[in-house]
Amino acid sequence: MTGAPRGGQLPPSLEVSGLAFAYPDGHQALFGVDLVVRRGERVALLGPNGAGKTTLVLHLNGILTGGRGQVRVGGVPVDAEHLREVRQRVGIVFQDPDDQLFMPTVRQDVAFGPANCGLDGEELRTRVERALAQVGMAEFADRPPHHLSFGQRRRVAVATVLAMEPEILVLDEPSSNLDPASRRELAEVLDALDVTVLMVTHDLPYALQLCPRAVVLSGGTVVADGPTRELLCDEALMRQHRLELPFGFDPRSVRV
Amino acid sequence: MGAGHAHRLYWAADSPVHRLPAHCKLVAVLAFVLLVVATPATAYAAFLGYAVLLTAVAAAARVPPALLLRRLLIEVPFVAFALALPFVAGGDRTEVLGMSLSVSGLHGAWNVLAKGTLGVAASVLLAATTQVWALLIALQRLRVPTLLVQIASFMIRYSDVVVQEMARMRIARESRGFTARGPRSWKVLATSAGALFIRTYERGERVHLAMVSRGHTGSMPVLDQQPAGRAAWGTAVTLPAAALALCLLGWWTR
Repeated sequence: MTGAPRGGQLPPSLEVSGLAFAYPDGHQALFGVDLVVRRGERVALLGPNGAGKTTLVLHLNGILTGGRGQVRVGGVPVDAEHLREVRQRVGIVFQDPDDQLFMPTVRQDVAFGPANCGLDGEELRTRVERALAQVGMAEFADRPPHHLSFGQRRRVAVATVLAMEPEILVLDEPSSNLDPASRRELAEVLDALDVTVLMVTHDLPYALQLCPRAVVLSGGTVVADGPTRELLCDEALMRQHRLELPFGFDPRSVRV
Repeated sequence: MGAGHAHRLYWAADSPVHRLPAHCKLVAVLAFVLLVVATPATAYAAFLGYAVLLTAVAAAARVPPALLLRRLLIEVPFVAFALALPFVAGGDRTEVLGMSLSVSGLHGAWNVLAKGTLGVAASVLLAATTQVWALLIALQRLRVPTLLVQIASFMIRYSDVVVQEMARMRIARESRGFTARGPRSWKVLATSAGALFIRTYERGERVHLAMVSRGHTGSMPVLDQQPAGRAAWGTAVTLPAAALALCLLGWWTR
């Protein structure tokens, strides 16, 4: 693979340095973001609405470009030259599974990404089957996605990205709109994965459950970065950035 | 919508007709319909033969006759025109039950009615025995331009989503005391249609974003390459072959 040094220490899964970005209408969303996610880490990206979380996510695979600063994924710079490789390495699971699942059957949808990367035949089939098995949806391969429950669709959306064997899995609000059982099932799936995860969420208990480390993005910069439990217990920080725990939830009392 | 539903038109069963590859069935139905249309309207025996052929296919596919007849009703708005023909067409006239009817109009009506019914029946059978996604793959395999197949596939995938969105908007309107009555409500309905359009458009953008994120560069990967065996084609071709014989017979005995 180009860009990744061989031998020695592997580069971090994600390296964002000095990233600043303003939309064409002049609204500046990011003011110099620095973030390093090491290989195998699970990191929660927290922050109030309008903090720039989505803007940051869209920079990770080069959908948005043109601001200052740099993003590197597994050592590969995100730029026009490496776009194809970067999109294979960064798997984004979007918030609404209906946006992500558009092929007539689950199997075809999961095959879409790896087929775009040039896979076919037996190799493609095993990739698809493994990805579906990882999210516990193997027996739904031939169903049309719109006939699945919302939780099942979310899990298939995760599989569509896992099938590309990404360096880093980026989840945008993975627990939104899920009932408690689907929420738990998804947590079990994510917990069993052996892949770097960046999870964008408002769901603070979910962040605590799944991610040992958390980063708070507010006003377009990283304002806090540390163990998730410590951040959630820092009342001044939480209040300042409009982060609120659900009623009755005490992060000190939870065992992870 | 829960899990496990197939498309509304699909009649789940395990039969030789269901098992045939979709593109074989598609070609067979297309050829059958073309032959039916090419048959002279006065070859009444041939049309009877076609009906017998379709009945045999329906029996082989285990599609209940009641279901088939019920679905034929979709034809009604189209045949209404055919029923008017004998009254409005010119030319020689004849007496039927005390009514003066045009002979050429009667022939025209029969022509539209017979061919239309056979064509719709064949399509209903195809839809009842073939999953929608299989038809899309069949179109792709038959080298229909990819863009057209993609448009059809997105339409089928998202029509449910849009209809559900529309239903939610209607419920939300009515929950706030709105009833669609008279021209005064048109403004509200037009605004709703506009909002629905914008939401759908934005969803289109998000879908595209998700596709690009998975490496989409404009062309769709071709998946599921299972060539149809000679046996499958042999079975599928039975219907148009029998129809061809009937069609020729129709021309011969004219």
